[in-house]
Amino acid sequence: MAPLPDEARDEIRRLQRHYEQRQSALLPALFVAQRELGWLPPQALQEVADLLDLPLSEVTAVASFYRFFFLEPAGRHLILLCTNLACLLNGAEDLRRHLEERLGVRPGQTTPDGAFTFRESECLAACHLAPMLMVDRERFGPLTPREVDELLERYRAR
Amino acid sequence: MPAESILLRFMEGEGTADLEAYLRVEGYAAARHALTALTPEEVIEIVDRSGLRGKGGAGFPTARKWKFVPKDAPLKYVVVNGDEAEPCTFKDHMLLERAPHLLLEGIIIAAYAVGAHKAYVYVRREGYLARERLRQAVAAAYARGFLGRKIFGTGMDLEVVVHSGAGAYIAGEETALLESLEGRRAMPRPRPPFPAVFGLYGRPTVVNNVETLSHLPAVIRLGPEGYRALGPPALFSVSGHVRTPGVYELPLGTPMRQVIAAAGGLRPGRRFKAAFPGGSSSALLTAEHLDVPMDYEPLRAVGSMLGSASLIVMDDTTCIVRVVARAVAFYKEESCGKCTPCREGTYWLSQIFDRILEGRGRAEDLELLTHISRGMSNGACFCLLGESVPPGLEASLRHFRHEYEYHIRTGRCDVEAALAAAVAPGA
Ligand code: SF4
Ligand code: FES
Repeated sequence: MAPLPDEARDEIRRLQRHYEQRQSALLPALFVAQRELGWLPPQALQEVADLLDLPLSEVTAVASFYRFFFLEPAGRHLILLCTNLACLLNGAEDLRRHLEERLGVRPGQTTPDGAFTFRESECLAACHLAPMLMVDRERFGPLTPREVDELLERYRAR
Repeated sequence: MPAESILLRFMEGEGTADLEAYLRVEGYAAARHALTALTPEEVIEIVDRSGLRGKGGAGFPTARKWKFVPKDAPLKYVVVNGDEAEPCTFKDHMLLERAPHLLLEGIIIAAYAVGAHKAYVYVRREGYLARERLRQAVAAAYARGFLGRKIFGTGMDLEVVVHSGAGAYIAGEETALLESLEGRRAMPRPRPPFPAVFGLYGRPTVVNNVETLSHLPAVIRLGPEGYRALGPPALFSVSGHVRTPGVYELPLGTPMRQVIAAAGGLRPGRRFKAAFPGGSSSALLTAEHLDVPMDYEPLRAVGSMLGSASLIVMDDTTCIVRVVARAVAFYKEESCGKCTPCREGTYWLSQIFDRILEGRGRAEDLELLTHISRGMSNGACFCLLGESVPPGLEASLRHFRHEYEYHIRTGRCDVEAALAAAVAPGA
């Protein structure tokens, strides 16, 4: 796999300026690497470790702790279905069953065509939209199964 | 309704994310006044007398927290907790999206009061729009000289950095948040020392929640008495089975019944069953509590808490066992794994709930739930996450024991059965 582009490497070096200690730049740095590669392969973790002069073990431990770092390849789009209380009370279970059926995968998996990674999520702080989900950076809700179908179609084409 | 809305008016319609819009409603006037006409001690005094308490959940008096910060330390920080992810709390998120300048103005006031020159705003990863709006607001404020060097032409310098979380509920705990900001796994630190003395990079650090800081401009503008006369005001996140879930500004102490009414009341034809007054960490309340004032002490008196003022309303279609099971699953998912009662307790509870819901419950399960829950109480867990589990669980066993028993005895849900019977077209 190709190394990180030079601009990304510079960006990671620059991140350290905001903080008194360079390890503070680790989470932002991992996001830069993930933005470039779509996920965090072992080689990217090594590059980030080198750039920030941190032990690889520390970088790996941190990357694996947080939910939004992907240590396995992810789909083109990330679907986060909130199933926490407000969404549960308003029909999130129906949406989950519907999505499982339409995508043909269970929560936590990526569709065979690589279009979607589907995850159940904790509260996304948009409970007034319950039942809701996020695709990449956008929130949608309150949703019916039929509206979910339209969404899937729209994003699959992208 | 409060006579004057102090936060909501910055959030309505298009909001005040745009600096010009914010300036049109006297934006930054309070911060300017504080920096040019008041000493830091006077600011702290005003905030103290206003009675402002932390809006993140713990409800600790804001000024008292500030007073722990040593005066002579060379470097101090303000850290804004925008990661608080107590289920069904969405007011902070909405404030960031619609009124980021209100927060920035609050940060300026807080930083001036404690003598900090650098602030970090830690925003949860899912808050893309919130972060974007905040970043734009920060840039606009710098361009106007409201941030940076010599703010408002005074001697005060302040730098604000927006930092993104990476998906960990526990990072909302203030010491875990500091660990995360230092680039490590978000695991709570032992306290004492408290962050006010030993915080970010070991420096004195004030950690405040988004809503808490957003109140400061009004506290300065209205003065402590004027502010208190409004209730004092608070934002309530109302969700669940109400007609218009959303964020409402009401005086602290508004009875739960009225908060529900503000959110449009229940759906037609439904009856109130239960509610969490302060997010899923608070003990469930029932219809007999509808007139309890939504304020710190009255809720504590009935065995619950205000927490983040996130009211989750449930009507008579709700299976309480399923709801509590979901809350427990949340804490299991988010346990950082540092201490055994929480790591093992949440896991074990979840297993029991799973089998009850799958119709394989056992007669001894209720006793087991109580037993595990007790083992997680009274300081057994290292931080509040673990301690969040027992109140809701135990309250549900107290008020809705029959639902658990029905599940265990019959393998089915009596609420679902009753609903199915009610909608069956008389076949
Ligand atoms: S109570 Fe839970 S979240 Fe808190 S330190 Fe222990 S394991 Fe971690
Ligand atoms: S419970 Fe789904 S967004 Fe909050």
